[in-house]
Amino acid sequence: METLCTEKTPEPGEFTDILEERRRNSDLSYALRTFSPQPYKGHPPTSASALHQAVLDSHYLRYVTQEVATESGEPVDVIREEAAGILEEMSHNLQLSFIRLLGYTLSKVFKRVFRRILVNEEGLNKLQQAIQEYPVILMPNHRSYVDFLVLSYVLFTYDLSIPVIAAGIPLMGMKLIGEILRRSGAFFIRRAIGSDKLYWAVLSEYVKTIVRTGSAPLEFYVEGLRSRTLKSLNPKLGMMHMVLEPFFKGEVYDICLVPISISYDRVLEESLLAHELLGVPKPKESTTGLLKARKVLEDDYGSMHLCFGQPLSVRELSKGRISRSQYNLVPRDLPQKPSEETQAFVSMVAHGVVRLQERGVVLSPWSLMALVLLQNYGGLALDSLAQRTAWLRGLALKFGALLDWPAQVPDEEVMLSSVSLHGSLVCCEEGRVFLLDEQGSSAAVSSVSPEEAVLKRAAVVLMCASYRNQALHVFVRPALVAVAMPTAPSSRKEDVFTQFKFLQELFSNEFVFVPGMAIQDFEEGCSLLLRCGALQISGQELTVTEDEQEIASFLRAILQPFIQTYQVVFQHLTVDGSQVFTERQYIPVLRSYVLKLILAGELHTYEALSSDTQKNVLHTLLRMEAVTKMKTGDQSKFIVNKADIQRIGDILAGRRPAQSAAFSRLNQGHARRSVRGGSTSERESRGTGELRKESGKCQLLFATCSLHVVERCWRLGTLPGDTYNKA
Amino acid sequence: MASNGKSSERQKIAQQRLRIIAGHLRKQEELDHTDIAAQECKAESNSNAATPNSMPRKRQEIMKWNGWGYSDSRFLFNKKGQAEFTGKRYRLSGLILPSLKDWFEGTFGANLQHKSPATPAINASAVHPPNLSESFVEELKATGIPFSHDTEDRVFRAHGHCLHEIFALREGRFGRCPDMVVWPNCHNDVVKIVELACKHNVCLMPYGGGTSVSSALECPPEEKRSIVSLDTSQMNRILWIDEKNLTAHVEAGIIGQDLERLLNESGYCTGHEPDSMEFSSLGGWVATRASGMKKNIYGNIEDLVVHIKMVTPRGVIEKSCQGPRVSTGPDVHHFILGSEGTLGVVTEVTMKIRPVPEYQKYGSVVFPNFQAGVACLREVAKQRCAPASIRLMDNEQFQFGHALKPQESSIFTSFVEGLKKFYITKFKGFDPHQLCVATLLFEGDREKVLQHEKQVYDIAAKFGGLAAGEDNGQRGYMLTFVIAYLRDLGMEYYVIGESFETSVPWDRVLDLCRNVKERIIRECKDKGVQFAPLSTCRVTQTYDAGACVYFYFAFNYRGLSDPLSVYLQVEHAAREEILANGGSLSHHHGVGKLRKEWMRETISDVGVGMLKSVKEYVDPDNIFGNRNLL
Repeated sequence: METLCTEKTPEPGEFTDILEERRRNSDLSYALRTFSPQPYKGHPPTSASALHQAVLDSHYLRYVTQEVATESGEPVDVIREEAAGILEEMSHNLQLSFIRLLGYTLSKVFKRVFRRILVNEEGLNKLQQAIQEYPVILMPNHRSYVDFLVLSYVLFTYDLSIPVIAAGIPLMGMKLIGEILRRSGAFFIRRAIGSDKLYWAVLSEYVKTIVRTGSAPLEFYVEGLRSRTLKSLNPKLGMMHMVLEPFFKGEVYDICLVPISISYDRVLEESLLAHELLGVPKPKESTTGLLKARKVLEDDYGSMHLCFGQPLSVRELSKGRISRSQYNLVPRDLPQKPSEETQAFVSMVAHGVVRLQERGVVLSPWSLMALVLLQNYGGLALDSLAQRTAWLRGLALKFGALLDWPAQVPDEEVMLSSVSLHGSLVCCEEGRVFLLDEQGSSAAVSSVSPEEAVLKRAAVVLMCASYRNQALHVFVRPALVAVAMPTAPSSRKEDVFTQFKFLQELFSNEFVFVPGMAIQDFEEGCSLLLRCGALQISGQELTVTEDEQEIASFLRAILQPFIQTYQVVFQHLTVDGSQVFTERQYIPVLRSYVLKLILAGELHTYEALSSDTQKNVLHTLLRMEAVTKMKTGDQSKFIVNKADIQRIGDILAGRRPAQSAAFSRLNQGHARRSVRGGSTSERESRGTGELRKESGKCQLLFATCSLHVVERCWRLGTLPGDTYNKA
Repeated sequence: MASNGKSSERQKIAQQRLRIIAGHLRKQEELDHTDIAAQECKAESNSNAATPNSMPRKRQEIMKWNGWGYSDSRFLFNKKGQAEFTGKRYRLSGLILPSLKDWFEGTFGANLQHKSPATPAINASAVHPPNLSESFVEELKATGIPFSHDTEDRVFRAHGHCLHEIFALREGRFGRCPDMVVWPNCHNDVVKIVELACKHNVCLMPYGGGTSVSSALECPPEEKRSIVSLDTSQMNRILWIDEKNLTAHVEAGIIGQDLERLLNESGYCTGHEPDSMEFSSLGGWVATRASGMKKNIYGNIEDLVVHIKMVTPRGVIEKSCQGPRVSTGPDVHHFILGSEGTLGVVTEVTMKIRPVPEYQKYGSVVFPNFQAGVACLREVAKQRCAPASIRLMDNEQFQFGHALKPQESSIFTSFVEGLKKFYITKFKGFDPHQLCVATLLFEGDREKVLQHEKQVYDIAAKFGGLAAGEDNGQRGYMLTFVIAYLRDLGMEYYVIGESFETSVPWDRVLDLCRNVKERIIRECKDKGVQFAPLSTCRVTQTYDAGACVYFYFAFNYRGLSDPLSVYLQVEHAAREEILANGGSLSHHHGVGKLRKEWMRETISDVGVGMLKSVKEYVDPDNIFGNRNLL
């Protein structure tokens, strides 16, 4: 069984390189071969036009059309036309001939760009079985534009049903490419739907019809968009709701969710990403832009991994959490606001899937090297890099990471080969490895202004950081414990937990945590630290062991860039910034502030320039009600509560205990209900008092396998075996 | 003038009544007076000579003690391995069913070599000796009402026909049994018995046909008082027939087939035909809110009853008139209908009767798939043109029905059958593993039936339905009468099964059917059942706002250490699935003790409180202590 407390790397044999076969045999006969996937329940897939008709004829859409017509005063026919138009714009037109064409072209491209495309066949086997029995939802993480192409390519290669894919509408805007994607199964969703009722109705009916009929596996990115930082993003719930609803309403027996983890040795759009984060806007997706990007295709991007996770049964997951009979008394075709229990469940599932995606990510040595390099901005000797990375590798394995580490190759050679693959970021000269400035030389050209130099350096740091980010999920829980221990008011477990919970709350836009599972996360962090000998627990006291100070400080250092960035933003808002600012002002003002600090030598964290982290801080403060948003006209303004931010910053620095802060008022239980109304912490409503109670209940759970409480109950009874190979 | 007319009418009725009574009396003279109690009854007649009581006090003399129905009728595999049905009572009796064996083995993975025979006879020592209330027995003796504490009589009345009840009997296991059985002969006898029971604090459990499938007849093991089974079978007379109002006043112990036969002799029928009508009783129907196959014409039991008399610990409850509809507060009949023996004993019922229909015709329609069939039934219901009965069997049940085809009498018929099959599957392109069949029964005067038939077939055609002949239709209805006998056959070969039902709004019929069938299959798999179970359903009734759905499920339990517990878990899961999909707790089987746990969520806390307070008032000492329902 899956214990997930892994000491072993998965055997390399478990992942198969699908390009190997392609390099040996004809691409043409591959693309034209008989393609006969096993369909769902033996039914042939529904045609695109039948799907279209079913959506337009649905009672739900008719009802909403009528409603919109009444509200807008326009005739129903006009609204129906409009709905048909939306559907036209949206719908896929999956055709096998285009899949074949794509199969042929992609074979050519992938062979040139990637050394290997590795997939776990065991996961694919389970997927194949699931496709025949359930409506299947493919849920990959999103790291690159090529994600979904690769995924469809893999499915085509393994004779599995080609999925229909929820794609962003900008892709459709690309001439020709949009049409090709449409015929390859993509359907297009507008970015800002807002409160367009009709659009929501058409989209949700379209998605639900696909799930209900099981006509094809449905693929969507639960993270909502491509992660610019390669870190997992907190899930978006809209699509998740639509996808799960047919189960809640009993329209299907079960739905099967398949988390898919895609990871790249090197991401095709790495420099694009870093520049976006620094404020250089993303170019609009266009066909000519794509053609220009051909240059990208001449480079070497190493290997990529697709790890198909254990299929999850929504029925199993919802046991005891969802009462399907809640729909008994109202026609199911009527639009209904999801109940609280439904919302909580959907959120839990979505977050849980992201967690599972993280766990399936196969890390390259480079990710670990990036972790080390970012703690040594000035570079370090090759042998000590190799030594540190090897040490980190051991730690990562103890923490349950999946690694793609070449067997029987000396560590230094592994380093060198990674360095050469990432030649645009690092180089190795005279036995020292260091980050490059962007132009390729550390000796800056004189014509570059100091600001530009900082930005260029920052670009490299952010690119490097994104590779580190791929590995963050492995360390984040023990690292948060490691940070919480010295900043908590005492070493008592309860105090450390309170601080941990505060940190988790603070960084919940940064890292993905399943809502309501703080205790489990804390216990997981502790047990990993125990496992590597860095922590000792005597009675209620948590202490870092003398021998393994190094681990704790290393883990703390991983989070430093984030902590520092948050502190800098707090400082900006409380000391220098104005009390009120607009959305548009926020990033530029903050950026120049950070730039100034870096130039003045007061700040060494280049990552503080990342607009992603900066935005996260703002969202966090909004969530914690230290900043409030005011809509005036079409502008929104933010009003800063300096005292609150100050307090948050103090707790983060350990200058003030978390109990006295606003967010921990939940910890006081009912006795001291806070003066301020509303709640700061929706995510986690258990206090320390409850920890004591809960820990008794959970002891057994944690003792045996604290790590993956979620996953453990998430196994599909009918599909035995273990995708993660971590037993 | 008017009053003149009225009085002459009255005279006529009186004369007619006299004639009837005279007729009864004449027959009575020819009878041998065996029943002491009869003398005490005011009822006009004793058992009718022309229609001998088909339910003797010693039921075990004609019926199985550990299975369904008559002792002389059962399925068996003969030496050649062919299935046959014994006895002379049914259309199938004495016939060979050549395809049943293959179906049976193929469906369940069963093997005729692997037998699981029942204990041959009751081992009296395994039955707990009766716990009698001496004072009650003394006073009962004085009334002359017959009773018994014979082991066989007690065991026979200790169970209904749930699978777990029959399974236990076959294994020779007996739980708490009634301590004695009493056979009242008329309403007044019941009044006396109830009075005595109250006086001596004895627990009474009414027993009608014994066909319960809700554990309603199981004696509560925690009951410390003496339990007396009140067998109503001897209260089986039609007391009068009112031809002007088309009603009949009947003693509630009469069983369905006797009621129909007796009324038919006078040219009438009730039209109430539940699948159990051979054995179930009028009082039982009232107490469980029974539903009949032909309810589309005649209505369900609540539509059929005009007047009910029930004996409770508080006294007798009945209405003062026979007005066809009244507005006098909540209808007290509805406390009685569905009370499942918790409030008292229904003794006499006045119910509607109809002239026997001139013409009856079966029919059937084949649909390409279940969805099309349900859509058709929905349309028929919408147009309110449902025939007397319309049922839609799914593919599995259609194949099941086919396995019950008797040997073809000639090569010609089998040739014709082959042609039909070819036409449907090859020519019309129906997938034999998808198609399903609706069975129809039309009743009325000939011309209207034919007209009606055309209307229904026209609707069916719109949904891709093809008329498939009367034979298929009739066989479909036969299946429901022999299914219980078939279960006994299965139990001889490690196969156990059960049926259960629900009612559900139209828009959820398909989802519910699919999900429940799927749930059964998956639960069986999870619980270690080696071979995929039979999990099949049919839509058996249509209403304006929904339908009644009936499920069969059965599986081969070889290799399971505790088959009964697996079975109970699967059944429980199936019921949960039904409720989650918007189905009701029961359409007509009732709640009993089997489905009690869901009552609160079904009717709300207040609802339970209402029922409790009625019970509290009517029967404060819980004399009617079968503990059903609440």
